[in-house]
Formats: sequence, C-alpha cells, structure tokens
Amino acid sequence: MTEQVESVISADRSAQAGIERSASLWADAWRDLRRRPVAIASAVVIVLVSSMAAFPWLWTRTDPRDCPIQLSKATPSAAHIFGTNELGCDYYAMTIYGARASIIVALVSTSLVLLVGALVGMAAGFYGGWVDSVLSRLADIFFALPFLLGALVFLSMLRSHSVWTIVLAFAVLGWPPLARIVRASVLATKNMDYVQAARSLGASDRRLLFRHILPNAAAPAIVVATILLGTYVASEATLSYLGIGLQPPEISWGIMIAQGQSYVTSGYPHLLLFPAAFLSATVLAFILLGDALRDALDPKLR
Amino acid sequence: MGGPGAGGLKGLEVTPLGRYLARRLLQFVPTLLGALFILHYLMTVGIQLNGDPARAVFGDRTPSQSQLQAMQRVFGTDDPCFEQAGNPCLTVFVHRLENMAQGDFGVDSRERPVVTLIAEHAPITARLALLAILIELLVGVTAGVLAGLRGGSFWDYVVKVSTTMLVAIPIFVVGAVTQLVLGVEFGSWLKGVGAPDLLTGLFSIAYRTDQPWASLVMPAFVLASLSLATTARLTRTSLMENLRGDYVRTATAKGLTRNRVVGVHALRNSLIPVITNLGISFGNLLAGAVVTEGIFNIRGIGGLVFGAVATGEAATVVSVVTILVLVYLLCNLIIDVLYAVLDPRIRLD
Repeated sequence: MTEQVESVISADRSAQAGIERSASLWADAWRDLRRRPVAIASAVVIVLVSSMAAFPWLWTRTDPRDCPIQLSKATPSAAHIFGTNELGCDYYAMTIYGARASIIVALVSTSLVLLVGALVGMAAGFYGGWVDSVLSRLADIFFALPFLLGALVFLSMLRSHSVWTIVLAFAVLGWPPLARIVRASVLATKNMDYVQAARSLGASDRRLLFRHILPNAAAPAIVVATILLGTYVASEATLSYLGIGLQPPEISWGIMIAQGQSYVTSGYPHLLLFPAAFLSATVLAFILLGDALRDALDPKLR
Repeated sequence: MGGPGAGGLKGLEVTPLGRYLARRLLQFVPTLLGALFILHYLMTVGIQLNGDPARAVFGDRTPSQSQLQAMQRVFGTDDPCFEQAGNPCLTVFVHRLENMAQGDFGVDSRERPVVTLIAEHAPITARLALLAILIELLVGVTAGVLAGLRGGSFWDYVVKVSTTMLVAIPIFVVGAVTQLVLGVEFGSWLKGVGAPDLLTGLFSIAYRTDQPWASLVMPAFVLASLSLATTARLTRTSLMENLRGDYVRTATAKGLTRNRVVGVHALRNSLIPVITNLGISFGNLLAGAVVTEGIFNIRGIGGLVFGAVATGEAATVVSVVTILVLVYLLCNLIIDVLYAVLDPRIRLD
C-alpha cells in the first residue's frame, strides 16, 4: 500500500521535474557547478597543481636538485622568487616539483580505494546474507583502526619509503568508508522497480550490477572520492613531515615544511610558509570541490 | 537485522537493553581480535619485505650472531616464519595475544617494558587530550551558537569560512604556523617585556615541565582545531533545526526570555549530536595527539612513538600503537553502551 503511494508520489515528482528540466542528473550538476565561484576556483587550483605534478618544466626551468651551497638560505629575490633553502636549492623549483608526490599518492590511492570499495560494497549490498556479514565485519575491523596510526605502523616497519609504499598503506587502510557508501546505495537501489524489471527480462547479475545499480552509487562515491583526494594529499604531507613518509632527497611539501620549520626561529619563515601555502591550497581545493559536488549532485538540496 | 544471539536468548527474560549490551560485547571481541591481527600482519609483512627490525637497532654496526639472536628474542622476531614472505605468522600472533592478556606488551631495545613506558608518558597526552576536548566544546559550541542563532548573518559567514579552513588545512600546518606566529614572534616579544611565567608558558614553542598545563594550551588548540570545526557546524545545524521546533514556539509563547529559550530549551537538545560526534571523533583525537606531540616536541605517547621511529625500534612502535588502538576500541565500546543506557530513544536492534 505505502509502496504504491510512494511510487505514485515519485512518479508525480518526476513528472514535475520533467516539466521543469529534462536534463540528466549529471547535466544538472554540471550546470549547477558552473554557477558556483568556489567550485570554479577549486577546479582551477586543482588543474594548476596537477599541471605542476605532470609537467613541472612548464613552471620552472631550474633544477630543484641543482644546489649551489653558497646561496644557502637566501631570502626571496628576483632570481629566486621563493628564496633558497639551507642547501642553496631554488625554493620555487622545489615547491613546484613537490606537487608530484602529493598528486601521485592522492590519485593512485583514491583509484585503488574506489576500486576495492566499489567491489566490496557491491558484493555486500547485492548478495546480502553471509557475504554481507563477512564483508561488513571486515570493514568494521579496518574502520576500528585509526587511519594515521595504521599507516604509521606499516610505514615504520619499512626501511625505504617510496610513493608506492605510501599508496599501499593508504589503499589497504582506506577502503571501508567507500565500501559502506556503495553498499548503502546498492541496498537502496536493488529492489527498485526498474531493477526488478531488468531482472525479469532476464538480465544477468553482472548486467544488473554494472548497468543498473552501480550508476546510482556513482554520485555519492565520486563526492567522497574527491574529498579523499584532499585527505590523502594531507596525509602524505603529514607522514612525510613526521619523518615516516617520503624521505629526502625526495621532494615533498611535507618534508619541506619539516625542514623549513627548523629555520623559522632563526628568521627564515618563508621556508615554512611557501610549501605550507601550496599544500593548504591544494587540500582546500579538493575538499571544497567535493563539497560543491555533493551540493550539485544531491537533488534533495535543490 | 537481529544478531545471531537474538533468537536464542528469547527464552530468557532479557530486556532489549540487556540484549543489545550482550550483542555489543560479543561484537567487540572479533573487532578487537581483527584489529590486533591487522596490526600484527602489517608488522609481519613489513619484516618479511624489509628484514628484521632487530637488525636495524644496531644501525651501521654489524652485530655478532649471539647479539642479533638476543635482540630478536627481545623483540619476539626470532620465529623462522618472519623469513617466509606471505606467512601470517599465526603462532607468533597467538603467543602475543597470550602475553597481552597477561599485560605484557613487549619491551624496547633497552628491555624496558612498553607498558611502563606508556605509563610514564600517558599523563602528558591525557592532559593534552582533556584540554583539547574542553577547547573543542567551549569554542566550538560558542561558534556554533553564534552562527546558528541567525543563518546568513555576519557571524554565520565567519564561522562557515573559518571551519572550512580548519577542516581543509592539515593539522601540522596549523601547528607549524601557530608555532611560528604565536610561539616564536609573540612568545619572544612576551619574554622581552618580562611577562609573568604563566603567559610565557601559554605561548612557548615547546612543552615546559614547569608549566605542565599552560604550555599545553596552544598544542591543545591545534589538536582541537579539526573536531572543533565539526562541533561548530553540528551545533549550528541542530540549533537552527531546534529553533524551528514546536516546543521552542511554545516556550516563546509562554513569555520566556530569548536567552532562556535558546540556552535552556533549544541548546540542550542541540547538544545531543555534538556529544555523539565527540565520541566518534575520539579516535581522530588520539591519532591527532600523536601528530601534535610530534609538531610541538611534547614527550607524551606521541613523543614516545616518534622517538622509537627515529631510532628504528619498530617493535616499540607496534606495541604502543596496539595499546592506543585497545584504548580507542574500549572507549568506543563504553560510549556505545553509555548511549544505550542514557538515551531511551536509540533503537536497540
């Protein structure tokens, strides 16, 4: 009875929506995003930082590892607009090259987390029963481990750290939130009329999952993934700052901040402030874009 | 729904609350074992990929066979399974669990028990966490009320922008910049004008043993910054919701003053999600405390962890983190149970 009423109401709503606009959710979201200055600004920052990561030579011709020691700790000037660090390396070039580690860690970790989270969430939500019980308990267990502490244990066991060991740590520890989100949307979708219709037409489980159910989970998953990108940039920098992530001579904003901090007291605050500003802007951009995406993709808020 | 035990317990006279508590306790055991196993497995894989942490303690020196074996026994890495990649070392795990059950969490390279080390360092971390929670509640709730009283006002805007910044900027950047501006610049100016000890303690760069509370205030602010933003936003949203409630209209119609309506009627209800969040964010607080202590060079549990990382004592890191995770899981359990007991509206199935 209530189901009928609900379906009547939702049919009514979609009829109204049809009169207002006929575009899809994604087209609506895109139009909505273009009207948000915060979203545009964030996207611009992300494009700029990504270009620094992919093509640093577009931004600087100076080699960040070419360090004349006589230039040690120069304050910002025309030749070195961000100054130099204690070894005489050009700080602007270092800051530009520092984007690469952050972006690679964030992109690869997030992709892996999306993949694992989506597979686990789909299996748990679609098959239910003992599959759901086992996978959900497993996610609970990983959830019980504070993220940074888990990464700390894993990385402190390794003697050499690269971008890939950090990615591994993040991917192993990071999938449960995504699995939960995907599971929730699969559960909400799998008994809908159009899925039942597809099933009764003889669609296979795989077709049902990937063609009919997964697209509904895409919107929330993409929102969370965008925010995760920012979180991973921050986490990589935090671990590198604490000396358990990347290690010199690798160039990373976290390492630069850690090293710069020790010269702050002796009057070189720029060694701290430049990488800190780049890092904060990048994380802020991902998180704000995620927030804007959430607002744009959630029709209930319109 | 309905856990595996629900049906079997029906014959007994068990209240829904009792059943919930029993199920929650039953769920706690596999979660605990699972989390401990993940930590163990991360360590095992690390050793299998990278070699024995017992060897790392010696640094550049080459230990003699007997020295190495002695250190391996100390760390509990003398089992041959640590040389077979992929082996989960279950016997070692079971052995460790037995030791943990007896309160033995291993020793560091100087053979001091980790439990003793933790007990030495815990008071500082506890003070830091306590201060952070107080700051979070005080500043967060005040900011949330300021913003929630009138949506779209100047204060609403200020709180919205500043909380976004706090969420997005990594805690160590906040810490490093706070240290630069307040600790270095303002702190040395204070010293220059001969301010009283309490004030210089408040704005000192590092932890000072002569000011055990005051010199932790700035680190506590940094630690609180993340959950503070969430607290402010939650207070704002739920206060705005509650202000539209019928009971608030009734209270206003009765002729109560605005302060009483907001302070006693609306705010009290609005704080429920805030307290919930406080419980949930406890894990972040714990992990954040470790990071904050790293930034401000505080010799608490975080200081212990980073000291161990720096000297390559991976076994100590694992033991300390294991204890932290235990504390975290126990706190979560207590919060859940308290909830079920205190709030009759929570569904127990």
